[in-house]
Amino acid sequence: MSIINDLKEIIKPYTENKIALENISEDTDLLKDLNINSANLVDIVLDVEEKFGITIDDASMNKMLTVKATIAVIEEKLAQNAG
Amino acid sequence: MNAQQILEKLPYSKPFLFVDELLHIDENGVKGTYTYAEELDFYKGHFRDFPITPGVILTETMAQIGLVCLGIYLLGDQNTHAKTAVVMTSNHIDFLKPVFPLEKVIVTSEKVYFRFNKLSCNVKMENEAGEIVCKGTIAGMITEKSHE
Repeated sequence: MSIINDLKEIIKPYTENKIALENISEDTDLLKDLNINSANLVDIVLDVEEKFGITIDDASMNKMLTVKATIAVIEEKLAQNAG
Repeated sequence: MNAQQILEKLPYSKPFLFVDELLHIDENGVKGTYTYAEELDFYKGHFRDFPITPGVILTETMAQIGLVCLGIYLLGDQNTHAKTAVVMTSNHIDFLKPVFPLEKVIVTSEKVYFRFNKLSCNVKMENEAGEIVCKGTIAGMITEKSHE
């Protein structure tokens, strides 16, 4: 399964905007398009850490505002783990 | 940061301050008490002729001691000139026993996690008989605002 599909499952409990979630793409903005608040964004990041077995630092967390940026952070951390 | 400094930093005042004293605080949790004064306004209407402390007030008491005091402590040493702002973002509380006017309650909070400014705690409230009156989880965002 691709990262975006995993991300969609992780985000599901935290958004009421089911249509935007169904149409999720790299351009989706987590706050603006999915109406996720800052507290739920933290929950999503913690769930991402658990799902992918990675640790996300403050600097990376601050970048995770769009699906594209989130996937980039996940891939970067996965590459670090592999290396 | 000691208990007195934390109490001074609390952004509440009467009639919406629900912390009397902090018995213990460290980076993993906090324990504090509050006694509900008979003349608190909500007892006049909750319920008519039968005063019981409303669940929202019990929740607020648990949040002020368990989330806000702990949040102030956790951020406190980082910047003494900043004001700490705490916003409760979620809670899930089970209510087991009523709390009547003049009862003293003891709130104990254990940190579950504090990451990316979000503090999540397991919190319980006991009465003076040592019975648990309510318990659950409370979470909030803890941020600092510098003086402008």
